[in-house]
Amino acid sequence: MTTAALPSLVTILPEIVLAGGALVLILVGAFQGLRSINLVNGAAFAILIVAALAALSQVSQTQMAFNGSFVVDDFARFMKVVTLLGAAATLALAIDEMSQERYKLFELAILVLLSSLGMLLMISANDLIALYIGLELSSLALYVLAAIDRNNAKASEAGLKYFVLGALSSGMLLYGASLVYGFTGTVNFAGIAAAVKGGAGSGLMFGLIFLMAGLAFKISAVPFHMWTPDVYEGAPTPVTAYFAATNKIAAMALTTRLLIQGFGPDVVEWRQIVVFISIASMALGSFAAIGQRNLKRLMAYSSIGHVGYALVGLSAGTQDGVNGVLVYMAIYMAMTVGTFACILAMRTKDGPVESIDDLAGLSKSQPAFAFVLMALMFSLAGVPPLAGFWAKWYVFSAAVDAGLVPLAVIGFLASVVGAYYYLRIVKVMYFDDGPARFLPLSGVLKAMLAISGVAVILFGLIPSPIVTAAAAAAKSLF
Amino acid sequence: MPGVLSGLLILPLIGSALILFVRGEDEAALSNIRYIALLTTLVTFLLSLIAWWQFDPGNSAFQLVEQASWISSSITFKLGVDGYSLPFVLLTTFLMPFCILASWTSIQRRVREYMIAFLVLETLMVGVFESLDLVLFYLFFEGGLIPMFLIIGVWGGERRIYASFKFFLYTLLGSVLLLIAVMAMWKTAGTTDIASLLTYRFAPSMQKWLWLAFFASFAVKMPMWPVHTWLPDAHVEAPTAGSVILAGILLKMGGYGFIRFSLPMFPDASHDFAPLIYALSIIAIIYTSLVALAQEDMKKLIAYSSVAHMGFVTMGLFSMTAQGIEGAMFQMVSHGLVSGALFLCVGVVYDRTHTRQIAAYGGLVHRMPLYAAAFMVFTLANIGLPGTSGFIGEFLTLLGTFRTNSWVAFFATFGVILSAAYALWLYRKIIFGKLVKAELMNMLDLTPREMCVMAPLVALVIFYGVRPGVILDAFSPPTEALLKSAGVALGAMKAATLVVP
Repeated sequence: MTTAALPSLVTILPEIVLAGGALVLILVGAFQGLRSINLVNGAAFAILIVAALAALSQVSQTQMAFNGSFVVDDFARFMKVVTLLGAAATLALAIDEMSQERYKLFELAILVLLSSLGMLLMISANDLIALYIGLELSSLALYVLAAIDRNNAKASEAGLKYFVLGALSSGMLLYGASLVYGFTGTVNFAGIAAAVKGGAGSGLMFGLIFLMAGLAFKISAVPFHMWTPDVYEGAPTPVTAYFAATNKIAAMALTTRLLIQGFGPDVVEWRQIVVFISIASMALGSFAAIGQRNLKRLMAYSSIGHVGYALVGLSAGTQDGVNGVLVYMAIYMAMTVGTFACILAMRTKDGPVESIDDLAGLSKSQPAFAFVLMALMFSLAGVPPLAGFWAKWYVFSAAVDAGLVPLAVIGFLASVVGAYYYLRIVKVMYFDDGPARFLPLSGVLKAMLAISGVAVILFGLIPSPIVTAAAAAAKSLF
Repeated sequence: MPGVLSGLLILPLIGSALILFVRGEDEAALSNIRYIALLTTLVTFLLSLIAWWQFDPGNSAFQLVEQASWISSSITFKLGVDGYSLPFVLLTTFLMPFCILASWTSIQRRVREYMIAFLVLETLMVGVFESLDLVLFYLFFEGGLIPMFLIIGVWGGERRIYASFKFFLYTLLGSVLLLIAVMAMWKTAGTTDIASLLTYRFAPSMQKWLWLAFFASFAVKMPMWPVHTWLPDAHVEAPTAGSVILAGILLKMGGYGFIRFSLPMFPDASHDFAPLIYALSIIAIIYTSLVALAQEDMKKLIAYSSVAHMGFVTMGLFSMTAQGIEGAMFQMVSHGLVSGALFLCVGVVYDRTHTRQIAAYGGLVHRMPLYAAAFMVFTLANIGLPGTSGFIGEFLTLLGTFRTNSWVAFFATFGVILSAAYALWLYRKIIFGKLVKAELMNMLDLTPREMCVMAPLVALVIFYGVRPGVILDAFSPPTEALLKSAGVALGAMKAATLVVP
């Protein structure tokens, strides 16, 4: 009995670390209260790192657990490491922020751990039930996180909005799942693929559409993106960073696995949906961001756009395409964490500011800070020789290879429009004169800026480490 | 083991790193920064002379090749030069010290960032001409936008923000189509190695699309009518050295792209689209020359004349004759020197009076005889007077085009007349006439620093006009190889069309 159970426990080691760690920290927090906040925060950060190492150390071969509803393969390991690193980085930002701001709660770190656990489940989900459990576990923790600054009306609004719309999307997802189950007789992805192979009927397609609607909400793709700007603006900045840098990645992994492994044989049908969502997201992300004055709102629209670009790779439906998605999400994580660290660093004597115009003249007063933000902006715009270029290169070349040249053309045109608003931030920092003078950066922020700045430049010049890992990960899905 | 070519890429970066470590913002520190930048560009130029010395001009193959693994087995870090690219590498490294000297006193704000931007830009520009991998080429090609955007935007004139955005977005829009074509070529041919792609034959139907995508990018960069409108804005607003680089090097990337990619890789499409190029070239030559006649701003006039001169280049390239192609290449090198020198001339008087309006000048010959002499040489070279480098290029392109299409050559010749009209008009307005304007009364002639800038350029412009063989010899082996392979490809196409019925 024990010999059979132990191997399957090794396969879920990162999850066990997170779950056990979160439970212990809840106890510590409950007994010690706010006195323990430093201990809880530090321990939570360490737990995330340990979980990432655990995911990294797992053997590189596909393993199943829980009767095939949970799978660990190279794809899952890659996405888990990226997600956990993103979570650790944003938690570090949150800990730094907590020392300055009104909200000071030990629950934040624990909620981060729990939602990360949910994300790991999402990444490893191999049937519709595991998918839903993972999604809900992470979402419920995220709803609370959005509103964690409870004395701030905007944050509460963000939390409520996120919760109501999230519940709606979960409902759609469940409805789709039930349709799929009804028409295929199974919830397992491999089983669904076998049933789809003979040709998906309209009922099954209906199920898929509802599933996609629910998932599009989670990755904040158009037309289910409406919550994003409000929630991103309202939630505390580190929490917003956490949404953008981790939840999106996990949801993207889930979508990829569902479409490739569950509906893989029917790529022609679901490609239409993905192409539509992708084009709509790219276009809206580019055009709607032009008018934004608030940096967090701008990043919300930018994240919508970036999901659109990543979906370009997915719509290819090939191994190269999945490779592109993986590279994209990894690089996107680094850029997002860096950009939000910059937003957090915009702290004046009178409190934090978020408007683009507040950056005017930054290149004179804080040249290193301005330089990192400029590198991040050019990287987000996809200009070589920065990391963002390779993200776009891999997704679009997969699309071109799959014969989706018009999609690639539209995507690139959208990225030119998008370049405008990234350039505008550079312009405000470098071309405009202004009094921008922020408080000296804390050690954590300095480290984050340095790491992300080095990352976007280094991966721009030498992208092969990420690409090699992503290629191996993409291979395991096929 | 890094060779000479990667040394050319690394040296400016080392220089910019050194500048970063100069402490302080006082006058001594700024002067150190300037000297480091100047020294770096000079050493880079010397190193490029070593590359020239090691280069065998009789060989049409890529030389001094360096290769290192980079992304995958199909995308590698590969550098090399041939007779087409080496002159542009030399032109780049040659013009850079002048740019630094031209900015010596005129740039007083953020000197450190300015010099770093220029040195990084030098690395990227040299990389464009050296790279033997399509993806690497694109990386440098596109990466050059970032420093240039900052140079125009931070140190530019009044409408610098509009000009910098227009420059960046225009060029970016052109190059994204190029990027899609690069992807398609990578997926079809299985490699992005330029030497292998030169021997790969793309299907004619695919060539057409690839050609159009490359055309979109290079036509904007060149710039060809009607996508030239970013150029006058960028030129006018950029600081003097920025204009020199724009006219001298960045515009040449378009022509270099045509000769490196479009002509040899898509010979069928190049043949089919030649009438389009001819039409656009003639419009560019005649129309923009007329526009140049109506300008009131010195820099704008030179910018429009650049567009007209680039028309000769595209016309010559697509004539697919040895004279046309070699003339076009020569015209690019010569125009790089001449237009760069003209912008430096504008910079000289702009630094003294801070206006570029033609009407604000007149009679400068009385106060600045040396300046008037130098300006005259460049003006005559711009017109294409025999004995200056400008003549060789224009004459050869017209000659080559005349052999394939005499009507095109006929219309293009009007450009020669018009260029005489606007260039001499500009010269007369600024240099001759009575010195009546009060603010010009105490203008000083060229300083020793400015003479150092002008003298080598004057010498080179005349030297190349008398001894064009120095450059032309480098062009002829690759041109022969190019025409031979294009002839084979076109012959195969003709044979195929003959068989079909």
